[in-house]
Amino acid sequence: MSLTANNIRVSYGKREALRGVSLTALPGEVTAIVGPNGSGKSTLLGAITASLPFHGRVGLNGRDIGTLKPWDLAAQRAVLPQASRLAFPFTVVEVVRLGLQSGTAGDRPEVPMQALARVGLAHYANRTFQELSGGEAQRVMLARVLAQVWAPVEHGEPRWLLLDEPVSSLDIGHQLQVMEILRDFARAGGGVVAVMHDLNLTALSADRVAVLAEGQRLAFGAPGEVLTDDILSRAYGCALRVSAPPPETIPYILPHAASAQKEPACV
Amino acid sequence: MTEIDAVPRDRLSHARTWHWILAGALALACIASLQVGATDVALSTMLAKLAKGEALSQMERVVLFDIRLPRLVMGVLVGAALAVSGAAMQGLFRNPLADPGIVGVGAGAGLGAILAIVLGALLPVWMIDLTGNQLVPFAAFLGGWGSTLLLYRVSTRHGRTSVATMLLAGIALGALAGALSGILVYIADDRQLRDLTFWGLGSLAGASWAKVLSAGPLILLSISAALMLGRGLNGLALGEATAAHIGIDVQRMKSIAILAVAGATGAAVAVSGGIGFIGIVVPHLLRLASGPDHRTLLLNSALLGAILLILADVIARVVIAPAELPIGIVTAVLGAPVFLWILLKRRGLVEL
Repeated sequence: MSLTANNIRVSYGKREALRGVSLTALPGEVTAIVGPNGSGKSTLLGAITASLPFHGRVGLNGRDIGTLKPWDLAAQRAVLPQASRLAFPFTVVEVVRLGLQSGTAGDRPEVPMQALARVGLAHYANRTFQELSGGEAQRVMLARVLAQVWAPVEHGEPRWLLLDEPVSSLDIGHQLQVMEILRDFARAGGGVVAVMHDLNLTALSADRVAVLAEGQRLAFGAPGEVLTDDILSRAYGCALRVSAPPPETIPYILPHAASAQKEPACV
Repeated sequence: MTEIDAVPRDRLSHARTWHWILAGALALACIASLQVGATDVALSTMLAKLAKGEALSQMERVVLFDIRLPRLVMGVLVGAALAVSGAAMQGLFRNPLADPGIVGVGAGAGLGAILAIVLGALLPVWMIDLTGNQLVPFAAFLGGWGSTLLLYRVSTRHGRTSVATMLLAGIALGALAGALSGILVYIADDRQLRDLTFWGLGSLAGASWAKVLSAGPLILLSISAALMLGRGLNGLALGEATAAHIGIDVQRMKSIAILAVAGATGAAVAVSGGIGFIGIVVPHLLRLASGPDHRTLLLNSALLGAILLILADVIARVVIAPAELPIGIVTAVLGAPVFLWILLKRRGLVEL
């Protein structure tokens, strides 16, 4: 019962975006994928969600996703894309219902409102989606995704949330709120894989972190093991200093203590 | 966390009540269409006669059963076909301005129909026997299918449809189909020219039971196929990738949508020529009235499309009676301002 990506290779034309990346995400955990722009984070998520052609094997709860029908996949995992556009003037609650119909909680009409309440937007239910701000739209899409896999565990199998930068257009309060929602989902037995940009939020919320650089996996492990001066400086191509506040062992990265100067080691 | 204080509006059941309202309105429109005409023959007097047990005169029977009734049935079929293909195409292209007439699918279907009229006699005999009176609608369907496929290929990249490319490609496609049709008109003989002229008027005037039988099956098949696309088109509103993520077999759904649009448009164009704007006005009005959910929008479009076309046909018949206006003029006069109005009012949507 896990999500495994095995030796994933993706090419865009002649450029190799991913050169054999492997990853295992466990239910009950939040797995974060970090790395600089263009390192292949979203491409890796695209392969895991079967949104783009790839070489390699992706297993979901022990089954090869290549052998599953779209509706079988939709019952096991929900995907939050980076940006969402909607073509017609659906209301917010109608958008969330689109997720509900595709999951296995379709017989529970109360779920969309609960999902909206979970992201703090229940009072927006009847607004038109196009009226929302970028951050609100992102939270509505999160509610849609939550409605699709409303029970983190069903029939003894974990459900998965696969998210591409779920907090990218949110303010700090809502960033923390969304990460808490993801942590709750994992605590209840579901699996979460998220592409993340913010290293501090990652350090705070992730159980396991994969660091990608130039289409390869540089490191994979607990935040404390992976978010180190050496690994991050190599990945991001600039001198980064990781610190830890005294009572805790959660590392943090202070941009003030960084310099854009290239590390000699990473050339 | 915010408490649940808002009651979600249920536009879906609202839209379902519209099924019944529109079905009732369609019945009324049908009665009006049978009642009104260039002769004094009226449905009400004939019904009164029948009620008294009197026999209908020869003329009454001809007017009712051989002129007005096939014309009514064809109007219902064509109106429903045009409106449903509009709604399906807008869902497929994720854009409220996609319409088979505007983006060149109608022209492609027209080219197919003209090809069949002019060059149909050159086909091997077994093929003519096989297709029978279905040849023109079938050729129009092929033309519409080819142009829809081409249009989708040209204007969609990585699951996103560019509106500008779609409209421009539609113009190019329309021009190309027009030029090829022109060549065919040039080489056509006198009898074929007559056929082409009547066909090109865009009118229900030539309606006959033979035409109803030739286009009806394809239209009904295409509409039934389109009616099953509701959930898929709803998902597609989120983009192709997300539609796949919520469990929709996107490729299959797109193929069915393209075939249904081509079938409905092709058959409608084959029997009635180019009747524009039904496909854009009807779904737009319904989205304003009851929301964009395709599970109800498609059926409501079929009903309202039939109503509008029948009423437009009644107008076309009475404004300059005993002559009649080509119905394409009536729909364009009513529809073109709505198209402009969408452009002005809904600029935010157009930019999608």
